Formats: sequence, C-alpha cells, structure tokens
Amino acid sequence: MRILSYSEAIREAMAEEMRRDPCVFLMGEDVGTFGGVWGVSQGMLQEFGEARVRDTAISEIAIIGSALGSAMTGMRPIAEIMFADFLMCAGDQIANQVAKARFMSGGKANVPLTIRITNGAPGSSAAQHSQSAESWFMNFPGLKIVVPTTPADAKGLLKTALRGEDPVLFFEHKMLYAVKGHVPEDPEFMVPFGKASVARKGKDVTIIAIGIMVQKALEAADVLAKEGIQAEVIDPRTLVPLDKETLIQSVAKTGRVIIAHEAHKRSGPGAEIAAVLAEEAVEYLDGPILRVAAKNVPLPYSPELENYVLPGMQDICGAVHRLMPFTP
Amino acid sequence: MSDKSYEMQTSLAEMYPKELLGEMFRRMTLVREFELRAIAERRAGLIPGFIHSCVGQEATAVGACLALQPDDVITSTHRGHGHLIGKGGNPKFMMAELAARSPGYCLGRGGSLHISDYNLGILGANGIVGGGIPIAVGAALSFSIRNEQRVAVAFFGDGATNEGAFHEAANEAGVWKLPVIFFCENNLYGEGTPQSKQAAVADLAIRASSYGFPGVSVDGNDIIAVYEATLAAVERARSGGGPTFIEAKTYRQRGHYEGDPQVYRSPEEIEVWKGRDPIPAFRQRLIQEGVFSDSDLEELEGSVFLQLEEAVKFAAGAPKPEPKDALSGVYVDDHNGLVF
Repeated sequence: MRILSYSEAIREAMAEEMRRDPCVFLMGEDVGTFGGVWGVSQGMLQEFGEARVRDTAISEIAIIGSALGSAMTGMRPIAEIMFADFLMCAGDQIANQVAKARFMSGGKANVPLTIRITNGAPGSSAAQHSQSAESWFMNFPGLKIVVPTTPADAKGLLKTALRGEDPVLFFEHKMLYAVKGHVPEDPEFMVPFGKASVARKGKDVTIIAIGIMVQKALEAADVLAKEGIQAEVIDPRTLVPLDKETLIQSVAKTGRVIIAHEAHKRSGPGAEIAAVLAEEAVEYLDGPILRVAAKNVPLPYSPELENYVLPGMQDICGAVHRLMPFTP
Repeated sequence: MSDKSYEMQTSLAEMYPKELLGEMFRRMTLVREFELRAIAERRAGLIPGFIHSCVGQEATAVGACLALQPDDVITSTHRGHGHLIGKGGNPKFMMAELAARSPGYCLGRGGSLHISDYNLGILGANGIVGGGIPIAVGAALSFSIRNEQRVAVAFFGDGATNEGAFHEAANEAGVWKLPVIFFCENNLYGEGTPQSKQAAVADLAIRASSYGFPGVSVDGNDIIAVYEATLAAVERARSGGGPTFIEAKTYRQRGHYEGDPQVYRSPEEIEVWKGRDPIPAFRQRLIQEGVFSDSDLEELEGSVFLQLEEAVKFAAGAPKPEPKDALSGVYVDDHNGLVF
C-alpha cells in the first residue's frame, strides 16, 4: 500500500469523486487559487476549473445555505469551513436548515451535502481558531458527524460521505494533516459509518479516543504496556452514528473505561458516550467512567497556558492509574 | 394602488392572454379563501399549529409565481401559503398538512411553516426569517454550474433584509451573477415592529446596489405591476444578466399570526389599506375593461369555494400519522437505527 498524508488522502477522495460524478463540487474560503489554507485542495482548481472549485466570499451563512440549496436541486456539494470556530457563523443554516430539511419535508428533500471542517488546536491559535467542535451539532438530529484519525480512514470515510444521501459534518484535525499512513489505492475503498476501529487491542482498560486523541492514547498505551497494563484503544470514527456495540464489547472485557477528546469536557462528545455506557453497559463497569478532555476554559494563546488546558498523553496515563485499583 | 394609473395603460385584454388574467384572479382568490378557511378551521379545531396569513398580499405571491416556468424554483417564508398556491401547490395537501395529517405535503411533520413540493419547485416555506434566501441562491448555483436556463426566486419580507443571511446570499449571488430573484414583500412590519424602526432606508430596493445588481420597487398590490417586474427580472436572470431585487410594497391585513393583538398599529391604518386590497381592485378592472363579466368571475369564485370545501373535507377525513412514524425520514440511511 502507498503512504499518503491525511491531507493528501482527503484531496484524493475529493478528486476521485469529482472525476466520477460531475455533480460533486467544492466551495469555500480560499479553496481554489490558494488551495485551502491548510493546502488540502491544492491543484484541484487546475484540474476541475472555477465552476467546480469555487472560492467564496468570507460568508459562512452563504457557503452553507447555498451548498444546501444546490444539494436540494441535484448537486453534491462539498462545503469547506476554514476553522471549526466559524461554524457558529453558519449556525442557523446547519442546525435549522441542513439538519432538518429532509425530515420537515416528509422525506422529499435530498441533502447530499458534506461539510468539511478543520478542527482542533494547531498551537498558539487562541480561543477562536482552536476549538474542537465535533459535539456542537450532535444535539441536532439529521446530521452525521465524522471524526477521522488516520489517512486511510480520512479517505474512506470521506468517500462514504460523498456517496451518501445525508448531510455530514466531517471534522479534520489540523495537527493530523501532515500525518502519514497507508491508504488503499482501490478507488472503491470506503469506510462505513457506524463502525468503530479498534486501534490497539488490550484487556485491562478501554480508552475510547476521538480524533487526535487516538494518537495520544496509542502513545499512552505504549507507556502503560511497559508497566504491564494492556490498554485497548478504540476510535469511534463516527459520533453519529455511534458504534455502541464495539464500545460495549470492549468495556465488557476490560471493566474500565476512559474517554479522551480534545473538545472541552463539559458536554463534549465524551458526555454522550459516557451516558450511553452508563445506560447500556453499567453492569460491566468496575469503576467510574473517566473523561480526559480540555479544561472548561477558552483555549489560551500562551503555549504554557494552552498545554495546561489541553489534554495530553500524561493525562490519559494518569486516568488509567486512577482506574486500575477498581477491580470486579 | 391607484385606478388612475390604469387609465394610462393599454387595456389588459390587448396585453395579456385572457387565460393568464383569469388565472391571476383565480389564484389570488384561492390564496385569500385558503387563508380565511384555514383560520376558520383552526378556530374549529382542525388545525393545531400557528397560521401566519398573507391576506392582503396575494398579488405579490401570485404575480411573481405566474411569471415563472414550471421548472423554476422558489423558497418561501413563514407567510408562505400564497407562494405555494402561486407556484401550483395543491390546497388539498396543504390543508391536510395544516391539519397534521399523513397525506399532507410533509406527512404531518412540517405544518404551515415548512410546506414544500419538490416536484413543483417549491423548496420549502421556512420558520427562520431569511433562512430560505441562501437556499434559493444555492438552487441558482446548481442551474449556473449545469448551464440550465432556470431561475430561482427567494421570497422574503422586509424584516429579512436586516438578517445576515440576506446580505451574505445577495453578495454571493452578485459576485457569481446567479439566476436568482430576491423578491421582497415589504408589508411595512417585521412581526410587531414597523419597518421604519428596523431599517434606516425607506426603499429597501436600494440595498441591491451594494451587491452589484439592480433593485426595483413596485406596487405590490397591483398584480400586473408585480408580474411585469418579475417577468423582466426572470428574463434578465435567464439571459445571464444575474440577480434582481424586487421590492413589492404591500400590506398584511391581519396580524403577524392569528391571535396577534396588533398593539403596534391603528385600526384606521388597517382600514386604509383594506381600501387598497389587491383582489377587488383587480376584479373591478377585469370587468371594467371587459375581460370578464361579473358572472364569469362569480363562476371562478364558486370553483374556488368548491375546491376549498373539498380540501377541508379531504384534510378532516385523512388519517393522522402513527406516532412511531416520527422516527422515519430523518436520514436516508439510518445505519440500522444507530443514528438515533
């Protein structure tokens, strides 16, 4: 298998689908001439032209709203939001229009719309360019929420989004764009929604990690292994739909669970996952459900402050150490 | 608005096919009577939800929609029954939707605020002020990318021109010269606050100049004026000339919603505008100019009453949804229920 970076994998998924289906097109701030501020769409304007790789005004309402209108009338748009923080500018269009169009119309409205969003803290970008927004819209039925971690998953999940008929919020962590990994060459390679990935097997503790925290959980698992603790690392890959079964099976095996994400702790994605486990898997748990997440303050600029607020590998190890004394 | 302007013009019969004039009258009457009947049926208990009636604004909705082709599309508003009927919506399925019944346009899931008919190019009423404007621009974007000679019309009120959605969508449409018409029904009030307290400009049409396309103001209670302005905008859009903003000045004769105490305006003001009602004025003109006789129009009115009688009967007799139906139609693929 070839090695691609996460951003190359995303670009390849978009380009393959745009070659395959003339209805697929990309729109967003600086996606064309600039090639995306994170370089994800570099070269796409040259291949597909201005009609299908569209630089927009800095107008998130118009980007999402017009992408929705084009989806309703037969196109399959990819709308890029340059920073997850800007999603709130388009809040009504996402929450009240995109999410609800199909249901409100009695199933008649088609909304094959993929919203690609750069997510997470790239370092010293402060409170309005660093947030992890994957849980913000989990409270709006009608959307699917995807958080890929590896290049292969990024490509396979994006292909599934682009060939699907439902609106998808696709969260790409900025610090993963340069990460490299094996990506299948088969243009039909797709990763299904609602199927978690077991990133590492283990029997002592389950670490459910989201987005970039999968990397940190795997690092933590290496450290813990040296102490004789075998951690199982699970990447849900999609938060809506959520593969409860894989999570519950792992918890049934280990009896201990930690949920790790870079989003703020309060009402972050871990709150929902913890609630699901409390409702459906409490009999397997030997101790409390612990969350490792950003502290509940806006993300700071100073590296010292930011590192203190963001969750890290050490925080995961600390949580595991707190859980290990709990036994059946 | 004024009968004097009519005297200056060539006669209607010379300018327009009789069928079109009859259809203008019939659809305006259908909108008016639909609203009055829906209000009555709400009081009688058939309709559980809100109604924002467009009584008094029939000429804007019908005049604009009759200037469109069947494959053109519209987005509508919370005051949308006129747009839906104008674009060919079936009062039977509308009334059934208002009554929250299964055969309603949205299977009883949307109600008045969310009626749509994708086969007729009605991309939906909308419960959010300004919410449909970017959607219409997106439809125009589809037509532009695919090189189709189709047009999208965004209907909205004066209040929506103070929403960011309007300004962002208008800007995008202007930059990309999209085939879209921004159709503003200026009924002088955004909910319970006069437009003069919401905007520092009197003619909202001038807002178009910020976005590089023309804006025109017309008498929204004169269906011929509305039709002509829309036709010109449609032609401009189809020929690649880009968007047009039409401000149709009109008046909402009833409250923002049924039950609105209307403390924000005087009964005298309402009476003045009732004197400028678009339907009797047009009716009188059709007779005066010899296009139709009084009995011709009575016959049309009778057919409308009959159609609404059938619509109410249909709605009242239609089944209610099964409670568990609420869980279908949220997604195309629900991943075996995992999305819930």
